Amino acid sequence: MRAAFVRTLVELAERDPRILLLTADLGYMALEPFSDKFPDRFFNVGVAEQNMVGLATGLAEAGFIPFVYSIVTFAALRSYEFIRNGPILHQYPVRIVGMGGGLEYGHNGASHHGLEDIGVMRVQPGITVIAPADHQQTRTALSASWDLPGPIYYRLGKDDKTTVPGLEGRFELGRAQIIREGTDLLIITMGSVASEAALAADALAAKGISSMVAVIASINPAPVNDLAAILTRFQVALTVEAHYVVGGVGSLVSEVIAERGLRCRIVRCGIRATPNGVSGSQGYLHRMHGISCEMLVNTALQVLHEIKR
Amino acid sequence: MGEEKNVSSRNIRRIILDQSKRANVGHIGCALSIADIIAALYANILHIPDPNHPDRDRFVLSKGHAALAVYAALHLKGWLSEECLNTYCADGSLLGVHPEHALRSVDFSTGSLGHGLSMGAGAALAARLQRSLRRVFVLVSDAECNEGSLWEAVMFAAHHRLSNLICIVDLNGQQALGYTDQVLNLSPMAERWKAFGWDVHEVDGQNTLEIVETIAGLDITSGLPHVLIAHTVFGKGVSFMENQIKWHYWPMSDEEYQQALNEVEAMP
Repeated sequence: MRAAFVRTLVELAERDPRILLLTADLGYMALEPFSDKFPDRFFNVGVAEQNMVGLATGLAEAGFIPFVYSIVTFAALRSYEFIRNGPILHQYPVRIVGMGGGLEYGHNGASHHGLEDIGVMRVQPGITVIAPADHQQTRTALSASWDLPGPIYYRLGKDDKTTVPGLEGRFELGRAQIIREGTDLLIITMGSVASEAALAADALAAKGISSMVAVIASINPAPVNDLAAILTRFQVALTVEAHYVVGGVGSLVSEVIAERGLRCRIVRCGIRATPNGVSGSQGYLHRMHGISCEMLVNTALQVLHEIKR
Repeated sequence: MGEEKNVSSRNIRRIILDQSKRANVGHIGCALSIADIIAALYANILHIPDPNHPDRDRFVLSKGHAALAVYAALHLKGWLSEECLNTYCADGSLLGVHPEHALRSVDFSTGSLGHGLSMGAGAALAARLQRSLRRVFVLVSDAECNEGSLWEAVMFAAHHRLSNLICIVDLNGQQALGYTDQVLNLSPMAERWKAFGWDVHEVDGQNTLEIVETIAGLDITSGLPHVLIAHTVFGKGVSFMENQIKWHYWPMSDEEYQQALNEVEAMP
C-alpha cells in the first residue's frame, strides 16, 4: 500500500501543483519517488508531528493540498488536537496519512501499534476516513478522494504484495465492497487484515460453511445502508479488524444493528486488551489477538455452534 | 464594509471594557495588555485591502483568549458592525471568547495555546511557495511558550528562514494561575529565541510607534524569521487590574467598570 500510495500521489502531483508532501522524518525508501520528482514540494519537517499538521493547516488556507505522513500512532494520535482544531474545524483539505495501521509494526512494540486511530478519527464528523485493504484499493481510494473538500485521514499498510481476493481494487465512498457471497455467516472487515478474513472464509468453505465477506474501506462516510442491507440477511456477523474492538468497524456495525433495530448478533474480533509488553511479528500478534485466519475460523465455528443450540 | 474609525489603543481599550461589562465576562487583563500591539497592527502594519483578498497579510491571534481586542479592531476598521460586536459572548454569536475563522476577517481559529505559530509558519511557507510578498503575523502569549509545540514551529521557521513570518510575544509576565517566573520560568526570553535562530527585537509593547517602526525596519524578503519580544503590562491602563492575577478571569462590577473606563479615557 505504501508504494501504491506514493506512486499514485506522484501521478496526481504531476497533474495538480497544489499537492505537497510533508513527513515527520519517516518514509525512508518509500517517499523518494515523490521527493526526487518534486523536491520543492516535499518537506521533511523533522520529528514534530504537531507542527507538521499546523503547517499543513496554514498551507491549506492558502489553497494547497498538503499530505502529511507518519506512522499511524504519531500521525493520528500525537497530532490529534492539531488535526481537530486545524483542518477539521477549518474544513481545509489536509490529508493525514497514517502508515502501518494495526499491528504491522509488530516487533517495534506497542508505541508503534495503531490500534485506536480509526476510533478517534471516526468520532469527528468533519473528516473523511479511509482504510484500504490492499495496494490496489489504496490506489483506487486515493484517486477517488484526494481532491474532496475538507480533511481526510488515510490509514494505510506497508504491504504492497498481498491482494485481497475478490476486491480487485474496488472502492466507492460511503459504500461497502462485497468480496465473497455466502449464506451462513457474515464477515465484515477493514484494512490489511481483510486478507486474513478472506482466508478464513476459504477455510470455512472447506468445512461446508458459506460466508459473505464485506470490506469496509470508507469508514467515514460509513456505508450504513449497505451494512444494514446485508446484516438483515444473517443471524450472526463477525467483525475483523486490527484495531481495538471499541471505536472501529465492530463499533460501527454495532451502531447500525442498534439504530436499525436489526436482529443480528455481532462478534467483534479485534484487540481487547491493553498491550502487555509482548511483541512479535504481525502474524504472531494477529494470532495472539484472535484475528489470524486460524483463530477467526475457530471463533466462527464456535459462534455458529452456539446459535444452532 | 462599514465606516472606518480611529483604530487607536484607547478606542480598543474602551471597547474591551464595554463589551466585557455588557457580556459580564473576564479575560479583560490579557486583552488590555495587547491593545497597543493590536492598534499598531490594524492601524499601521497589516496590509489588508479587503478581508477576503487572497494576498492580504495574515494575522493569527495565537493567544486566542484575547480575541475581544481583535474584535474591537475589526469594528474600528469597519469590518464588523456595531450590531455584530454587541453579540460578543451572546447565544448564537460568532464572537466567542476565542476567535473563529467563520467570522470574516479572522484568518485562523485559535484557542488552544501552542497552535497558532505552526499555522502561521505554514501560511508563511505558502506565501513563499506562491512567490507572494505577503507577511504573516502571529501574536503569542508568554505563557504560551510553555507549549513544546510552539518550539517545533520556532525551529521549523528558523530552519527554512521564513523571513516573512513575524511573531510577537506578549511578555506580560502572567498566566492563568500565577506569574510566569513562578509557574514555569521563561527567562531569558530573548536569548531563547536567539538561540533558536530568530531575528530578535525587544520592544515596549505599549508603544505603538516603536512597534510600527521596528516592524517597518524588518527585512521580510531574506534572512531569518523575526520576533518582537513585546514588554507589556497585564491589564495596562486600568490601575487595579495591572499585574493582578484575578483579572485573567474576573468580570467587572458596575463600580469597577466605571473606574476602569475613567482611567482608560484619561490615558495619554
